[in-house]
Amino acid sequence: MEKYKMHILVCGGTGCRASASEAIQNNLQDAIAAKGLEDEVQVVMTGCFGFCEKGPIVKILPDNTFYVEVKPEDAEELIEEHIIKGRKVMRLLYVDPENKEVISDSKHMGFYKKQIRIALRNCGFINPENVDEYIARDGYAALGKCLAEMTPQTVIDEIKESGLRGRGGGGFPTGLKWEFAAKNEADQKYVVCNADEGDPGAFMDRSILEGDPHSVLEAMAICGYTMGADKGLIYIRAEYPLAITRLKVAIKQAREYGLLGNDILGSGFNFDVEMRYGAGAFVCGEETALIHSMEGLRGEPTVKPPFPAESGYNGKPTNVNNVETFANIPVIINKGANWFNKIGSEKAKGTKVFALAGKINNVGLIEVPMGTTLREVIYEIGGGIKDGKKFKAVQTGGPSGGCLTEKHLDTPIDFDNLIAVGSMMGSGGMIVMDEDDCMVSMAKFYLEFTVEESCGKCTPCRIGNKRLHEILHKITLGEGTKEDLDLLRNLSTVIKDTSLCGLGQTSPNPVLSTLDNFYDEYISHVEDHKCAAGQCKALMQYVIDPELCVGCTLCSRNCPVDCISGERKEAHLIDTSKCIKCGACMEKCKFNAISIQ
Amino acid sequence: MAKVKSLADLRRMKEELQSKMDLREKSNDPESLVQIKVAMATCGIASGAKEVMEFLIEETAKRGIKTIVTQTGCMGYCYAEPTIEVKVPGKEPIVFGDVDIKKADQIVEKYIKNGELVDGIIPVNYKTLD
Ligand SMILES: Cc1cc2nc3c(=O)[nH]c(=O)nc-3n(C[C@H](O)[C@H](O)[C@H](O)COP(=O)(O)O)c2cc1C
Ligand code: SF4
Ligand code: SF4
Ligand code: SF4
Ligand code: FES
Ligand code: FES
Repeated sequence: MEKYKMHILVCGGTGCRASASEAIQNNLQDAIAAKGLEDEVQVVMTGCFGFCEKGPIVKILPDNTFYVEVKPEDAEELIEEHIIKGRKVMRLLYVDPENKEVISDSKHMGFYKKQIRIALRNCGFINPENVDEYIARDGYAALGKCLAEMTPQTVIDEIKESGLRGRGGGGFPTGLKWEFAAKNEADQKYVVCNADEGDPGAFMDRSILEGDPHSVLEAMAICGYTMGADKGLIYIRAEYPLAITRLKVAIKQAREYGLLGNDILGSGFNFDVEMRYGAGAFVCGEETALIHSMEGLRGEPTVKPPFPAESGYNGKPTNVNNVETFANIPVIINKGANWFNKIGSEKAKGTKVFALAGKINNVGLIEVPMGTTLREVIYEIGGGIKDGKKFKAVQTGGPSGGCLTEKHLDTPIDFDNLIAVGSMMGSGGMIVMDEDDCMVSMAKFYLEFTVEESCGKCTPCRIGNKRLHEILHKITLGEGTKEDLDLLRNLSTVIKDTSLCGLGQTSPNPVLSTLDNFYDEYISHVEDHKCAAGQCKALMQYVIDPELCVGCTLCSRNCPVDCISGERKEAHLIDTSKCIKCGACMEKCKFNAISIQ
Repeated sequence: MAKVKSLADLRRMKEELQSKMDLREKSNDPESLVQIKVAMATCGIASGAKEVMEFLIEETAKRGIKTIVTQTGCMGYCYAEPTIEVKVPGKEPIVFGDVDIKKADQIVEKYIKNGELVDGIIPVNYKTLD
């Protein structure tokens, strides 16, 4: 048998694959073969490391060397230098953006230091297409333990005790949900995994499915055991091809080992999983809409009750959980509720995975204990704001979350704290904004999304959000009034109070939170017709500084609408009523005489 | 693939599969393990460093000592190859020269297991081998 001395982990997540990690893997394999090292060095394709910004990532073990932005051409050098001569390839190591220090071991990187990986425990560590690697890390041991040593009720009690709350956004206690589903008697029940993940920019669930699909299958089977369901359905959007492929491979391997199917591990328990594909509508992530979509009906929410636990898929008791929620389950069973509930904050146990994005140095996927502060996430893990700019706001909770400011930075992140400050956890999107971002435009951007995604069933959501968007648009054109601000607030409250599903109930959040936290910015848009961030084009004016202008005429010769006047060698003037704000003059001026105000 | 028929079966399977992942598990927490670096530059390989490295990997595993064995580049002691650096948790790293299989065996038995000193220590005149 081969006895590998070194493992080379190549990231096979969507981000890194898009930048040629497959070619890297092949080239590494070729270079290893050329040196006759096949029995000594193993190349493994893993799931996402979370550090997608600097992908493709290659990690070499046992010395934990973390290479970033690796290209297929680098493969030979990595083998020749690192593997054979034991010398690190310096130019491919990570450089700390703050102090320019070269860091070779990922454990010393600020990005990883504060993270605790439970849901992501196997991502970037095992080959997701090899069930043996999952089993080697205690895979399916939790299912085995439940079937052989625990009753359905003791499993439910353990999950309740752990304090696990749903990671799909609502934060509902998972054990309680399972108990409801278990109590409803029926000839057929279903376990559904919600892998719709519709938030723009979110990729937590996708990464778990790509990097560790078996953990979700195992948890679904455990859930099935507790509630007496023998059928699992994974609702996943068709735009996630790699996650779908990995899931299919995982389901096939689990069936071959008899870890899915009939009489699992000789216990007499039967459970199998099938896939259902969504077309990528945000509202289909809402559980009742999701169930209707699976039934072949329109993806529209319906009133709860009845809850899915009573009457879900095909009218049968159905338990719906999020991907990340499921990924936590096997660890809780293996390590115990008391291990889990020591991690996190008072009211929220365990960890949460976030997708960090926006104007931040370390864009990527992170997992931190509940109760970590926004400041720690943004500055310590995220490495601070890009290009040394000033922090302005952080938007949490996806398209219907709120924008939080400087004064919220020390808020410990959990479900209740975020709601208390006017935002929400959502599924874990986190977008950081800097001084160049205009909050009115930001709110408008999110409303654009919700208007597009509203299913149209209820009037306040269908029409109200459209009106909100129109008013915001008007303000960005400099045509808003102070009355519009009151209107925004009133309308928002009505939409929240009268919409049927979570989409309409939360869609005005970006408007309300920006009104609360950035009222001055709204006022300067409607009263002074100014956009300090310089984002609202309609409010900008190109102005020539007569002190700096030498009268070279270059700008006037380049203006497409001929709105710059002035004699040679004399200061020029822009007729702002005609200016179309193309920026050509500013680009041409060699004396920095033209600016935007 | 054969079916896994019981929890005991699964556990047995895990035991077998675990060794393949051992190297990855260990690198999760290297500070708690014995770390050995073997100089593997041209002169080191010529003087048998490869065999020494294999011996160290196999023997530490056999004797139940959790160890990470890696290779490094030239340590600058061509005269004393093969050289190895041994770092036992909580202690300063020590470099040994002229390590053949016999010496390697002594280092594992005496220095690593019992904390006794062994001949052939090279005074350290470098900062780190990384
Ligand atoms: C508009 C809307 C979109 C949603 N999208 C998702 C989603 O993409 N993924 C998800 O897991 N839950 C989503 N939810 C929450 C689900 O309705 C449901 O609460 C969740 O899947 C339950 O799982 P959990 O208890 O494990 O969090 C959405 C809710 C609403 C109102
Ligand atoms: S609130 Fe909006 S998305 Fe939800 S059911 Fe009503 S119209 Fe549809
Ligand atoms: S921005 Fe364009 S249109 Fe306006 S003055 Fe300059 S060149 Fe002319
Ligand atoms: S290009 Fe600049 S310096 Fe020349 S005329 Fe225009 S504003 Fe004045
Ligand atoms: S996809 Fe490679 S690090 Fe995320
Ligand atoms: S090549 Fe080995 S010490 Fe220089």
